[in-house]
Order: sequence, then structure tokens, then C-alpha cells
Amino acid sequence: MSDFLQASDIVKQFANHLALDRVNVQVPEGSIFGLLGPNGAGKTTLIRIINQITAPDQGSVIFLGRKMATRDIDQIGYLPEERGLYKKMKVGEQALYLVQLKGMTRIDGLKKLKYWFEKFEIQTWWDKKVEELSKGMQQKVQFIITVLHEPKLLIFDEPFTGFDPINTNLVKQEIIRLRDQGTTIIFSTHIMASVEELCDHIALINKGKTILNGPIDEVRNRFKPDSYEIRFRGEPEKLKSALNSHVILTEELTRGEIKHLVIKKNEQEPLRNLIATINEAVEIVSFDEMIPGMNDIFIRVVEETNRNQQN
Amino acid sequence: MSKISLIVKREYLTRVRKKSFLIMTILTPILMVALIFIPGYLATKEDNQEKIIAVLDKTNITEGTIPQTEYMKFEYIEDSDLETLKKNFGQSGYYAILYIPENVLVTSRVQLYSNQQTTMNVSSHISDALKNFFTQIKLKNENVPLDIMERIKTRIGVDTIQWTSSGEEKEGSAEIVSVIGYISGFLMYMFIFMFGAQVMRGVMEEKTSRIVEVIISSVKPFQLMMGKVIGIALVGLTQFIIWIALSFGLFYGAKGILLADNGKAATSITQNLMQPNQPGLNATVDANQFQKVFDDITTKFETVNFTLIIACFVFFFIGGYLLYASLYAAVGSAVDNETDTQQFMLPITIPVILGLLIMINAMQTPNSTISVVFSIIPLTSPIVMMARIPYGVPYWQLGLSALFLVLTFLGSIWMAGKIYRTGILMYGKKVNYAELWKWIRYKN
Repeated sequence: MSDFLQASDIVKQFANHLALDRVNVQVPEGSIFGLLGPNGAGKTTLIRIINQITAPDQGSVIFLGRKMATRDIDQIGYLPEERGLYKKMKVGEQALYLVQLKGMTRIDGLKKLKYWFEKFEIQTWWDKKVEELSKGMQQKVQFIITVLHEPKLLIFDEPFTGFDPINTNLVKQEIIRLRDQGTTIIFSTHIMASVEELCDHIALINKGKTILNGPIDEVRNRFKPDSYEIRFRGEPEKLKSALNSHVILTEELTRGEIKHLVIKKNEQEPLRNLIATINEAVEIVSFDEMIPGMNDIFIRVVEETNRNQQN
Repeated sequence: MSKISLIVKREYLTRVRKKSFLIMTILTPILMVALIFIPGYLATKEDNQEKIIAVLDKTNITEGTIPQTEYMKFEYIEDSDLETLKKNFGQSGYYAILYIPENVLVTSRVQLYSNQQTTMNVSSHISDALKNFFTQIKLKNENVPLDIMERIKTRIGVDTIQWTSSGEEKEGSAEIVSVIGYISGFLMYMFIFMFGAQVMRGVMEEKTSRIVEVIISSVKPFQLMMGKVIGIALVGLTQFIIWIALSFGLFYGAKGILLADNGKAATSITQNLMQPNQPGLNATVDANQFQKVFDDITTKFETVNFTLIIACFVFFFIGGYLLYASLYAAVGSAVDNETDTQQFMLPITIPVILGLLIMINAMQTPNSTISVVFSIIPLTSPIVMMARIPYGVPYWQLGLSALFLVLTFLGSIWMAGKIYRTGILMYGKKVNYAELWKWIRYKN
């Protein structure tokens, strides 16, 4: 997979603070790329630089193998976190206007809008004023407008806020479908569950710096603590004494007749030996390697960098 | 279609299609004409009720001197006095009692008694009739023959004739010139405020509805700002052109109707127009006289160089509008809500109002130093210059004023663009002038 978009050494200085400090991200073609970070980390600034809304003080954005040019914005669809529509304008007319601004012809725009309005079953909204729609309905219209001109790059900033579970699912499926068709997607959110579900790659930004970068499975494996959860029936003391060469991380928990214990494996010992040892001692119900969720990784990494900066 | 023209089109169409635009554009000229015609019309209408006025004449000489009109009758009462008439007023059915005292020639006063407020029509009708009658009496007392009296009745009209550098003479009218100067200056003032404020509200609408970030991911902020400014300018020009067309249409239309109908309605309306204090006096003013007056106005009207005035209005409107509208756009982008605009509005409002005040002054003294200077300074020139143009302005002044205006609006658009670009993405920040200055100096 080649890099579809590459932002290198991006620096952006605002009056009182450094928003981006030599940030690097590589977005592979045809993937969903999660852009993560705590509030105020500089995500929106980076997205605005990619969208050419603001210009970086230093650094460059390489788009499709060359320096990004003004006309490339027609190849991007952007759904900002703070979004809105003209309240007094009719839905259809407004959608047509906004896609024309993205370089579509009127005829093409009309045709595609018809298709999407039918697909989302919202044809009846065409002549309604935007203010007559609910927040979630407006979001739906806005999603259509963003993807309608079939851009090569889509940028979604918190695309699911305001949607009910059914619509969230609908939009999620659309995002996956677009990815499968070859569209590259940058996806910024604070909901880590949806990151795990959707993203192929992630970059984590904190205080204007990239602190984590790579394919999501690789990142999660990197943080694999080599610990295991054992659910079992039998004597906890017997198990603990059998595992004396490993670090026992938690006291045993009892839920009904099944007990839990989390351990960190001794690095030298092969996994099968460990399982055999446990099997001798107690009756195993389940044995799981603990792979950290993005939520844990996020919190851990961000807190770590914050601590390092203070020292 | 280029992106900026798409924006212009949207800004233009959403405003022109509004009902309020249609109503304002069509109703304003009609309302103005109606304001002139309706009071006169109402005055004649009121007289449809028959009024009988009892006259108690202590001089015994005025009988028959006050002409009866269709709705105004005068009944001379011989053998009664004021007290009894007043006492029986309720049953008598009279509209009023006119009391002419014996010493009227000394005091020059008569009294009109009634249990209701008598109309202007009635009192001025009586006043006019008695004035004529007693003037004649006085002249007769001085032994002035009647035919001399007729001959010395004089009215002087002043024809103003202006010659141009080519030696050509043209007849003009000071009143018409100053009225046209005033109207175009005031219209300029109104347009700058009205459409400038529309630009500001439009920018704020985009900012507060948060659609702005969606749009500027498709176009440059400067394109969005200029699209809006140009779109609204076209709305203003559309309105102006419709007003001009309607005004000329109404003027010549009214002329046609009034002249075609030589009847009473037309004359009474014109009388009210020409002599608002003497309605219904000479109910038989012939239409020819009216036609002469009207033709006179028309010829004077036609000596005014409307082509120049309209061309200058369009130019100075575009220039002045671009100058102010870009400032309004900058203010709209810098704030989060309407109340925050006030601190920035003052420096914009002051020159416009100053322009209006000097414009009113310039109507009387179009070539005074102050009028000339402020018609060249760009912030006030669109308004003040419009008041001077009907009087004739040297071309070098016009050119200098135009040049300064163009340079200034280019500068203000550049500056506004800088503020706008930063401002539209800035939320929840109290902005002051120092902050704006910083935005102007940002490189990107």
C-alpha cells in the first residue's frame, strides 16, 4: 500500500501556543485512518491544514505523490465537527449548491442527490427548509453532501454524534463500503470502540506532537502486556502456589463457582507449559491473552507523555 | 460555472426571491407617490358630506360673497343672535356658525363656532373668500378703481437659466435640482446602511450556523466574502433600477392619466398638490392651466442630466458600498452575536452619518470648501457627491473623488479579507481592536 497522503514536519504556531510541532502522518491508500488525540491536541488544526483552510508555517502535505495544490480540495470531502447548514434554505437546493461548490455540475449533482436521497429514504425532505428537520436528520443530509462528489479522500470529524443507533449503523456501513470502493478515509473521534471497529491505521497526537503511529493491530500488539486471564473451578491457593514463577497481578475474584485470576507470564516459559501447569492445579474454564483496548492505550500513552513533559 | 459566481448567484437569488424584497421594491415608490396624493384625495373625500353653515353677519354686506360648493352651503340668518343660535344648535342641523363681527375690517377676524372640530377645508374656504371680498372693500374705500385692482394682481416666477462652458443655455429649476440631489444623497446613505448591514448579518449567519467551515473547505474564504458582497450589491442595484423605472413610469403615467381626464378629480388633486392650503377654492380651475404647470415641471425635469446622475449613482454606490460592505463583513466575521457588533460599528457609522449631515448642508452650498472637501474624502464622498452632482461638478473633482474611492475600497477589501479569514473560524473569543490588528498582520 502506497502512502496516499503524507504530512511531514507540519508546524503551526498560533499567537499564544504551538498548535502543531513537527507532526508527521502517513495515510495509506484505501484505508480508514484514525486520527486520535485528547481535546486541544491539534487534530482540528491538522485537518484544516489538509483541507487548505489554513496554511502550515512549516512542513508540507504530499497528496498522491506530489505537493498538494489548490484544486485538490475538490478531491476531498470534509465533514467538520462543528457543522451546520443554512437554516432557511431548502434541503435539496442547499445540497445542490454545496456539491456544486465542490466542482460538480448541476446535472450530475441532481442525479447523484436523487440516488442518495432514495437510498436513505429521505426524498420527502427535498423541499423542506433545513430548520424543519431534526438535528439527526440534518446530520444525515450533511453526510450525503460530504460524500456525494465521490472524493478520493474523506475526512470525518466525529461523524456519529447526534445519530441514533440505527443511523449510526447505517453511516458506519456506508463508511466501510466507501473504503472498500477505494476511498481513503481520515476518521477523527473520541469513541475508541468505533476506532477499534473501523480503523486500519491510527495516529495519536498529543500537545502538537505525533506520539503513536501505525496499523492498529500492530499498535495494540505493541502494548500487549503478556498477561493472561484465567477463569477456573477449584482451589485458588493451589493454583497460586503452582504459578510461583509468574507475577500474579490480581487477587482472585469469585463469581458464583467460577474464579478469575490475572497473571503476567514469566518471559522464559513457553505458553503451553504454563497452560499445562494450570491444568494440573485446577479445572480451566477459559484462558485468554489480554489485548489492550484502544481506550487503555490512549489513556496510558497520553498520561505518559504528559508526565514526561512535566519532568 | 466558477465557484465565486455560484456564491454570487445564491446570495442574490435567496434575497431577491424573498417576499419582503418584492414588497419593499414595489411598494416604496408607490408609497412615496401616495404620500403626496393621498392627503389631497382625503381632503376632497371628506367634503362629500353636506355641510350647512349658518352665517351671522353683523356687517350685513357679505351675503353672497362666500361661494357655495357642492358640499358646502352657507345660510344667512337675519333675525337672531349668537346666543340663541348656539342654544338651538343641536336641533338646527347646522355644521357650524360663522360669526362676522361689525368691526371685522379693523380686527380682521371672524369666528367659526361648532360643537365639533371644523375641518381645514371649511375654514380656509371661508378665509379665502372673505379675504378677497374685504380686500376689494378696502381698495374701494381707498378709491382704487376695480379694473386697476385686477391688473395689479401679480405673481413672479423665477426661471433659473444655467449656461454651460459651450455657451449653451438651459433652463433649470433650483428646487428640482436640490430635491434630486437630496433624494440621491439620502438614497445612497440608506443603501450603504441597509445593504452593509445585510452583508454583516449574512456573514454572522454563516458563522453562527457553522456552515462556514463546510464552505471554506470548498472555496477560499476571500471568495466566499467577495461572493457575498457582490451578490448583495447586485440586489441593491436591482432595487435601484426598479425604483428608477417605477418612478419615471409613475411620473409619466400620472401625467397621462391626469391630462386625459380633464374632470374635476384631476384638478382637485393637483390643487392640493400645488396649493395645499387652499383646497377646493377655485373649483373650476381649468385643466389647461394645470397642464401648463405640469408641462413646466416636465421641461425643467428634462433639463436635469439624469444619465449623468444615474451613472454617478451607480458608480458611487458600488464604490461606497464595497468600501463599507467589506468593513461590515469584517465586523460580522469577528463577533459571535449581534450585541458584540456594537463596539466595532461606531467607527463605521460615524463617517456615514457625518456624510449625511454634510450632504444636507451641501444642498444649499454645493461649492463651499466643506462640501468640496468631503465630496472627495472617500468615506463621505459617495453621499456628499450625490448631493452636488445635480448642480454640476467640475470633472477634475469627480475624477479625484472616484480615484480616491477606488483606492480606498481596494484597501478596505484587502484588510477585511485578512480579518475575515481568521475571524470566521474563531469562536468564543472576545475580540478587540488589538486582536483585529494581529489578524491583519498574520501571514496566512
